[in-house]
Amino acid sequence: MSIVAEDRATGGPGGPGSPLLGLRGISKHFGAVRALNHVDLDVPAGQITALVGDNGAGKSTLIKAVSGIWAPTGGEMTWDGAPVEVNTPKAADQLGIATVYQDLALCDNLDIVQNMFLGHEELSHGLLDETRMELTAKQTLADLSVTTVQSVRQLVGSLSGGQRQSVAVARAVMRDARLVIMDEPTAALGVSQTAQVLDLIKTLGSKGIAVIVISHNLNDVFEVADRLAVLYLGRLVSSGPIAEYDRQRAVELITTGRSGDDPDPGTTDPKG
Amino acid sequence: MALDEEQSGPGGAHPMSTDIPGTASAEVDDDTAVDVVATPELSDSVGEYVRATGKRIRSGESGVLPVLGGLILLVIVFQVQDSVFLSAGNLVNLLVQGSVFILLGMAEIWVLVLGEIDLSVGYSAGVGATITAIISTAHGLPWWVAILGGIGTCAVIGAIIGTIVIMLRLPSFIVTLAALLGLQGVLLYLINSNGTGGTIRITSSVLLDLANGNMSITAGWVVMVASVAVFGGVTVLRDRHRRRSGLVAPPVAITVLKVAVMAAAGVALVLVCNANRGALVPVQGVPYVVLVVLGILAVWTFLLGRTRFGRYLYAIGNNGEAARRAGISLGWNKLWAFVLTGLTAGIAGIIYASRLGSISNNIDGGTLVLYAVASAVIGGASLFGGRGKPVYALLGGLVIATIYNGMGLLGLAASYQYMVTALVLLAAVTIDSLARRGRTSS
Repeated sequence: MSIVAEDRATGGPGGPGSPLLGLRGISKHFGAVRALNHVDLDVPAGQITALVGDNGAGKSTLIKAVSGIWAPTGGEMTWDGAPVEVNTPKAADQLGIATVYQDLALCDNLDIVQNMFLGHEELSHGLLDETRMELTAKQTLADLSVTTVQSVRQLVGSLSGGQRQSVAVARAVMRDARLVIMDEPTAALGVSQTAQVLDLIKTLGSKGIAVIVISHNLNDVFEVADRLAVLYLGRLVSSGPIAEYDRQRAVELITTGRSGDDPDPGTTDPKG
Repeated sequence: MALDEEQSGPGGAHPMSTDIPGTASAEVDDDTAVDVVATPELSDSVGEYVRATGKRIRSGESGVLPVLGGLILLVIVFQVQDSVFLSAGNLVNLLVQGSVFILLGMAEIWVLVLGEIDLSVGYSAGVGATITAIISTAHGLPWWVAILGGIGTCAVIGAIIGTIVIMLRLPSFIVTLAALLGLQGVLLYLINSNGTGGTIRITSSVLLDLANGNMSITAGWVVMVASVAVFGGVTVLRDRHRRRSGLVAPPVAITVLKVAVMAAAGVALVLVCNANRGALVPVQGVPYVVLVVLGILAVWTFLLGRTRFGRYLYAIGNNGEAARRAGISLGWNKLWAFVLTGLTAGIAGIIYASRLGSISNNIDGGTLVLYAVASAVIGGASLFGGRGKPVYALLGGLVIATIYNGMGLLGLAASYQYMVTALVLLAAVTIDSLARRGRTSS
């Protein structure tokens, strides 16, 4: 696999326009353990940022900080260029940050519409407005080009893994998310299901939604991402348009925190 | 406040906006909407509707079909054995016998949907009935005060059980097992301290009529026609609203068929009840208890199916963590479910006492609760949560009452009745389990 030359990045650091989400010196300490150490990252709108790193590199800690589950110990976050504090999931939700966790948080005994509106059901005269919810859900799925589900009144328990992922993403999008964070969206999926989810991620990007994808699968990353961010032992060792990376360099960065052709003085001694 | 476990997850609470910017998904009348509608799921013809329904059943969503089939089978067996079974007198008797099982089963549905269980509903019903009897008979207060007192007591019992389960995070099985024992003690204390020899008689004619009185013939017809008109109207309007919105809706023929079946069932019920079933003096009319059971069935079905509260109970019962992340308060919703369980048990208790004309200290609340759970499970509710409807308890309770009644007619001892009920319960759970395997393997 050679360098993916296509550079779709437009709003990277130093590029035109301010990023949707900006992280400056984000740190998170658990006692003496520094799970995140001064992470700087820009997440532009309409682009797919792949967050990669080995186990324990701090990927989950970083997305939990962004989605308000763990308040960071230090550093600041900007949203649309303005500083914000995201200390609760509710605050993240109000900004338009939606996180799709690996377990998807779906109820198997409810149908697609009911899951997409769970906790935010539309009412008319105090009762569930099923018709309006069904129409909205259908429209959202159609906008995301999710065509594989037979009926939106199917129980989610009867869906395939890719379809479930689609429902979870559609739920986030329908609620007006501007940044969708996906944790290992393709981890448990087969080949065609993976393609389905990757298409969905691309659709999100083309709609101007910022996407952060955590993935261990470099095939997926190079297929779908516009930008790459590599974490190594709690530090962001490299980030930039995907065109600046090839597979070998990405692997080096993930495993050693540096790459041969581009030694970063700040990361030559990761243990220090 | 620990009861309010609300911690909104990433999809936490924020006011749902009616229009959906970013995706323009609120526009329903543009071209895409037409494309969406033109999917193969649209069933215009009766044939397609039947095929779609068949497919749903094969994939494990069989709903009430197994228990309905079982009930019909039992009726046929008993009728063949003894032609008295389908006589008007016996059928009405069966409905009244079943009402307590059905009501207790409907009480159990609330907690079963959550994946919890309430073993105390039998004695809770007994305590409620005792309070009603004491208020009415010993204190001579009006019947409605007695009913409110009895039902209110049971709702408070449910609230206490729910609070303990939720706040101390204890398994409801153990908490309600304790409540079963404790309430049995309370019941004995209340009845014995009343000083009427272990029994409190019901003397209020209104309370006695609840399970023993009948509506007039005309009233029966009027109530039936009004009920069918309301439910038929709602069905027709809803199906039409869906068709007009471009959503999948049953074909007109199916809608008409549904209303026709409803009307036929109503007519049959009233005809059977209005036939003279008295031997010496004419006894006829729809028993009030049938109205009580159907009324509660309608209200509880409405609460579970058409409100946010009901939807949240199903969500919590299947995946509590998902519900929590969606911003749903687990504590408050669970608490209300326990309160409704208690409240329904109170109604069942009053019907029980009304039927016997008294409440005594030898009420077997332990057996009653087992029949209550059996009713719900035979009807199709899941003990693991997330699945159950009040109508399941109705059908399951009818199955149990049919066995009880039919075996009695055949002169078979109670020993056989218990054994057959056990087999039916096993069969119900087996059918449910097989259907679910069908779903997961599909």
